[in-house]
Formats: sequence, C-alpha cells, structure tokens
Amino acid sequence: MDWVNAVVQGVMLGGLYALLACGLSLTFGVMRIINLAHGDIAILGAYLVWTVVDHTAMSPFLAALLALPVMLVLGYALQILLLERSLRAGPLVPLLTTFGLAIVIQNLLLQVFSPDVQSLGGNAGVITTASWQITDQLSIPGLGVLILAVAIVTLGVLQLFLSRTRLGREMRATAQDPDMAGLVGINARDVYARATAIAVATAGLAGLFLAIRSTFDPSSGPTQLIFAFEAVVIGGFGSLWGTLVGGIVLGVAQAIGEQINPQYSILAGHLVILVVLATGRGSLLVARGARA
Amino acid sequence: MSLLAVESLDARHGLLQAVREVSLSLQEGETVALVGANGAGKTTLLRTIAGAHRPAAGRLIFDGTDITAIPAHRRVRLGIALVPEGRRLFPGLTVEENLLTAGGRGRPGLWTVNRVLEAFPLLAPLRQQRAATLSGGQQQAAAIGRALMSNPRLLLLDEVSLGLAPIVVDSVYASLRLLIENGATILLVEQDLARAMGVAARILCMLEGRIVLEGAARELTRERITAAYFGLSRAADPASS
Repeated sequence: MDWVNAVVQGVMLGGLYALLACGLSLTFGVMRIINLAHGDIAILGAYLVWTVVDHTAMSPFLAALLALPVMLVLGYALQILLLERSLRAGPLVPLLTTFGLAIVIQNLLLQVFSPDVQSLGGNAGVITTASWQITDQLSIPGLGVLILAVAIVTLGVLQLFLSRTRLGREMRATAQDPDMAGLVGINARDVYARATAIAVATAGLAGLFLAIRSTFDPSSGPTQLIFAFEAVVIGGFGSLWGTLVGGIVLGVAQAIGEQINPQYSILAGHLVILVVLATGRGSLLVARGARA
Repeated sequence: MSLLAVESLDARHGLLQAVREVSLSLQEGETVALVGANGAGKTTLLRTIAGAHRPAAGRLIFDGTDITAIPAHRRVRLGIALVPEGRRLFPGLTVEENLLTAGGRGRPGLWTVNRVLEAFPLLAPLRQQRAATLSGGQQQAAAIGRALMSNPRLLLLDEVSLGLAPIVVDSVYASLRLLIENGATILLVEQDLARAMGVAARILCMLEGRIVLEGAARELTRERITAAYFGLSRAADPASS
C-alpha cells in the first residue's frame, strides 16, 4: 500500500511540475527560446503573492488574482525589452540573456526579501490540511488534487487557445515561419510578447502552488527550472499534453525514489531523464536538433 | 497616380547588392511580369516591396503613401500581398487555418474562405487537411488563396509555376486570368517567358540587380528579351551599361 500511496503522491506532484513546465514548453515551442530564468520567475510570482498576503492578510488564491495580471504585464515587457533584442543577435544569445536574468532575479529577491525561507501554506486555509482517507495507509490530499486539477485545466485551456482561437492560430503560424507570418499580416513581435506573457503568468501560477505546498526562498528557482525542464524533455518539446505526462512521470519517479530512501527522491527523477535521453526520445531530440 | 512607385531602390544581402537603383511604377489594374536569370534580384525586389526585406536606399510609394519604413504586417493591411517563392504555407496548419491567418488582419473586402474555395475548387475537399500533406499544385493554389484573403490591391507573385506540372500551371494561370479580369494589380516573377508574355501587359527584365529592358508585352520580341536576360545587348554595346 505504501507504493500505491507513493504513486498517488507522485501523480499530484507531477501536476505541479506540469504547471511549472507548460510555460517553458510554450516559450520554446513558439520562439525557440529556452528560458533559463523560468524557475526564478515562478519564485518571483510566489514572492509577489506573498507580499500581497503579507500586507492584506487575504487568501493567497485571491492575492494570485491580483498578481497574475502583473505577471502577464511583466512577461510582455520581458519579451519586448529583453528577449526580442537578444533573439535578433542569434539563437544562442537568449540562452545567455535568460541565464543572466535568472541571476538578477535571485539577487533582487535576496536584496528585497532577505534569504529567509517563506511559505504560504499557513495562509491558504483548510485546503492545505484537507484530505480524503481511502484506507488506513492511503489518503488523498486535497491540495494535491487541487494542483493537479489546476494543471489539467491550465493545459487544457492553453491547448484550446492554441487550436481554436485567432491569436492561438497566429501563434502557431508565427512559430512555424515568423517571416511568412509578417507577410500575411501577423505582427510577430506582438504574438511573441503575448506568448511570453502567458508563459510568465503560468510560471507565476506554478509559483503560487509551490509556495502553498512547501517552502521557498530567493534561491529556489534553479531547482524548479530543472524539474520543469525534465518534465518538458520527458513529455516531448512542444506538446502540452506530453508535458503533463512528463510532469507526472517525473513526480512518480521522485515519489518512488523517496519511498525507497528519502535521499533518492531527486536522484530517481534525474535517472528517469537519463533513461529517456539514452533511449528513443533522446535520439529523436538529436535528430530534430540536426534538422534545425 | 500610380498604385506603386519604386524610386531608386537598393537592397543588399550583406555585402551582396541584389537590387541596384531600381525604379518602376505600376498603374492600378495593370499586370506586369518581371523576368530575369537566377540571381538577377527579382525575389529580393518583390520581398522588399512586401516589406520582408529592408532596403538599403530608395523609397517605396504605395497609393501616395511612403511605405519604406512600414513593417510587412502593416503593408498587408494597406493592401500588399506576396505569394512567396516555394509557397511557404504554414505546414502544421490546415488549409482553412492557413487561409484564416491572412483573413481579418488585411483589408476588409470580398474574399472569404468560402470564396477562395470556390475560386480554387481543388482545395475544397482539402479544407481540414494539414498544408504539409498537399501536393505542389494544391499548395500553390492555397498560397495564392491565402494572399487573396487579405483582399490585396497589389498582388506580388513569385515564381508561381516553379516545380509544378505543366497542366497544374495551366490551372494556376487560369485562376490568375480571372483575377486580372476582375481588375487586380499584379507584379509577377516568371521564368517561363511565353507564360509571362501571355499574361502580362508589360514586361520588365532584370539583370544583375538592374532593370535593363522595359516595354509592352506585344511590342517586345522574344529575341530582345532573351538578349537583355543574358546581358547580350550589353556585351554588344558597352556604352549602354
């Protein structure tokens, strides 16, 4: 039963990873930018919510409703002011830019919020402690279900947005051929900025749940980036539902690793990614890289 | 007043100067063919007019407005559409989605998905199919249809017959003739001289980035165009270059 429990916990943890990863996947899918600051942007989102909660004592979920529009604006500005210029200098420059941005965000957070570890768990109310007791050894935590549900809804809405709406269609067209997109009347600059805005907002949403589920501090970002990155690679670049599967695989691997020995949690996740890279998907990625 | 005026336009690819001091003008409703050897600068000229390539010098005047500094996506709104060399459909989008990318953001007008499918009946059954799965001729029809969706006042066509079977080229040109009869203004690049002379009222011949010959299609002979095409007249008369 412990193993069933581990898998259940892993699936829910996977929801968080998928939420964290979908923005990374979108940024890569639309603009071919690997945003190394994605994890730190999630932590920035967490601090934004924490600040609102700290000042107003409102529920973190309500605070997130205020913080997410701010994240959208930040994302739009990030693209116009920073990433767009870097993209013009070649495909590798955005990688360096976002690496630098990650360092800047971490140090700004350290400067403003001190290195203290924070959590929103205590402010989120009954959801953090609620659970369904299935048997003696198996209980399903309410928060885990909520995170998984939010992840599925977010990915579903994103998928519908990309396949059904005009802006989503323009985003796919621009991703496939930005030069041609301009020639049919699409403002690629605006499309890119909107994609980044969405990616940053989903990172903020992931930051919110990360902050409620456990703790965070100014240096938490890079670890979250690694998890998000692993989820995207396992699930396949550019596929949103793949990202969900990737997140869940990673979450389950970590939970099972932890069940064997608490020290093995992170290691188990890394081992899965190594296996994935060494087998089919790895060679697929290499082939794709060679074509591009 | 002319619909499009190009004034001493220079365009470069790095150190290579692809278009040199080109000036030309198009009247509303006119069909002009641009001929010339590979590398003569035809595609670059078309891409510069459409806004996909920044000119190094010169001006572009469209319907009285200076559009030299206006980006491509806003030129579409003014009424310029390019059907690029190699079709360049969005491969992962369906035929309908490809058409819709250009609809609505362009000039308001008559063209809708349904009208394009009427004009190109071969596309009707392929509506929900991904563009990557289409044959060359189907892709070309979809690419022209996509350009029409923005209701252009000026249609730029780059080598629409390239890589297509002759019978498919016939049907593409039949649909072009329909557009011309309806008063479209067209600047097309065509390698096949007979086709160019058949469809266009005026011929421009480019050589090494310059327009070396210009005239009404019925007044120019094949020989004169061929001579200009390969630069033979220049060899005979060095003073003219």
